[in-house]
Amino acid sequence: MSTIKDTIDGEETTRRDFLHIAAAGGAAVGAALAVWPFIDQMNPAADTLALSTVEVDISQIDVGEGVVVKWRGKPIFIRHRTKVEIAEANAVAMSELIDKQTDSERITEGHADWLIVTGICTHLGCVPLGSKSGDDRGDYGGWFCPCHGSHYDTSGRIRKGPAPKNLAVPEYTFLNDTVIKIG
Amino acid sequence: MAEWEAIKPKNKALGWFEERLPVLALVHNVVGPGTPTPRNLNYWWNFGSLAGLMLVVQIISGIVLAMHYTPDTALAFDSVERIMRDVNYGWLIRYMHANGASFFFIAVYIHILRGLYYGSYKAPREVLWMLGLVIFLLMMATAFMGYVLPWGQMSFWGATVITNLFSAIPVVGDSIVTLLWGGFSVDNPTLKRFFSLHFLLPFVIFGVVILHIWAKKVSDSGNPLGIDVKSNADQIPFHPYYTIKDAFGAGVFFLIFAYFLFYMPNAMGHPDNYIPAEPLVTPDSIVPEWYFLPFYAILRSITFDIGIPFTDVIFVPAKLLGVIAMFASILLLFFLPWLDTSKVRSAQFRPTYRYFFWFLVIDMVVLTIVGGKKPEGIWPILGLVGTAYYFAHFLIIMPLLGKIEKTLPLPESIAQAVTAKAAK
Repeated sequence: MSTIKDTIDGEETTRRDFLHIAAAGGAAVGAALAVWPFIDQMNPAADTLALSTVEVDISQIDVGEGVVVKWRGKPIFIRHRTKVEIAEANAVAMSELIDKQTDSERITEGHADWLIVTGICTHLGCVPLGSKSGDDRGDYGGWFCPCHGSHYDTSGRIRKGPAPKNLAVPEYTFLNDTVIKIG
Repeated sequence: MAEWEAIKPKNKALGWFEERLPVLALVHNVVGPGTPTPRNLNYWWNFGSLAGLMLVVQIISGIVLAMHYTPDTALAFDSVERIMRDVNYGWLIRYMHANGASFFFIAVYIHILRGLYYGSYKAPREVLWMLGLVIFLLMMATAFMGYVLPWGQMSFWGATVITNLFSAIPVVGDSIVTLLWGGFSVDNPTLKRFFSLHFLLPFVIFGVVILHIWAKKVSDSGNPLGIDVKSNADQIPFHPYYTIKDAFGAGVFFLIFAYFLFYMPNAMGHPDNYIPAEPLVTPDSIVPEWYFLPFYAILRSITFDIGIPFTDVIFVPAKLLGVIAMFASILLLFFLPWLDTSKVRSAQFRPTYRYFFWFLVIDMVVLTIVGGKKPEGIWPILGLVGTAYYFAHFLIIMPLLGKIEKTLPLPESIAQAVTAKAAK
């Protein structure tokens, strides 16, 4: 009986207090564990993750032209760069760049004429123009995003406008001189 | 808080029920004859009930649309076209829902501006005001997700741009965006969850509306004079006086709504949304619905980083700053009851604030126009000035003005002011 009285007074720590706290703590952990499946179900499902790699034949793309292929629901820009465009990409001083990367960091060695980037503006995810002939390529001859006016150069690097980063370079390999595998 | 009267119906069965669940008393005391209300409410006070009516219109038309719509990227666009062409009166119900969203926002914007002009956010109505802002935020989320469902070009690209806002969050941004999408771009999983949430949120809004009305009951209605009720002479019963006034207002409002519905149902929409979504082609310009334009303009107006000048050190990149500014522009309003330091509620007795109120309205109109233009020429700088003024209004002008403004003398009571006006 004295135990109950003590608990009501709240003067002493009792075994019952411990049980209360342990039970509440256990319930909190249990609730947190139960929440996780409901959050994680929103993440990409197994079939979405399993979207396989894409192989692209690039032998048909003439110098100066580009194509857009779809990989994991995103556009991938493949551009066959001209000598002038490569020279322009290499001639830029590092201090002029917003997201500092040399052209050689963004291409595969020995394939400097091919630039392969994810065609998603790093500002808010629009697809920049410049892959089709006749498109506005912006002030730096690469791509131009019509949504909020970001200009990318011939290495896909951000030069002007609100985008914070260069166009991302996806994982890809040259299977041979005319076929690349993205992913 | 006004008194709570019990109801004793003469009908025995009704009396039996009322004793066990007093629903009649609830109506009587909240919008009925037992609800004393300031006698001087003007027509600006109609827009609360109009917003409530539009919520009902949206829920009814939305439930019907959900019976015919298919949330799947391969079928969504066609199912909407089927509603327009084949389903009996489908065109009417869909146009009602699409234009209803616009008219819901019109009613709510006027309702909010009413609150700003007459100081409805001031003590003791702070919580009432904040609940209204919660409703506004929920409405924006609901409207955004609803606009994605037809799966047209604007649906897809609007969803892409808005979900990408979250990628601006440092460290976890990209993971959050993937979580929102359920994939690596806006795709089928995104469409399905938006449909589910677009169905759910209106009922959440309905719940918060009940809290909003409850808070109004506790703190009583404000009024154009902004002075407290002093005696019974200041008040009239809500029913029949304001129920009939609200009904008349609803008639006029619905007449204008019907004009848009039947004669220009696409006036407030974007023609690009009649082109099926194409993930590889961005439209020439991505424009949100008109009711989001001022906030979109604030987002786009920030194109500079915050860092140490002449070095590469950047603390807050432009993209994050723009997102912060956009969310801050609304969250700021939660602090308005304390940012406004004036003791006088109504702008009727604040001769200087009255001007600044209209400057703010003009600023919002300018931002709305800027938000709809391509970011070229004069528009970006105009957007930046408009954004700066918006924040200056709430963070500088409101706190200072309350301290230095010479307000006009307040009338003794509502009854005295009303009879004095009538005598003239």
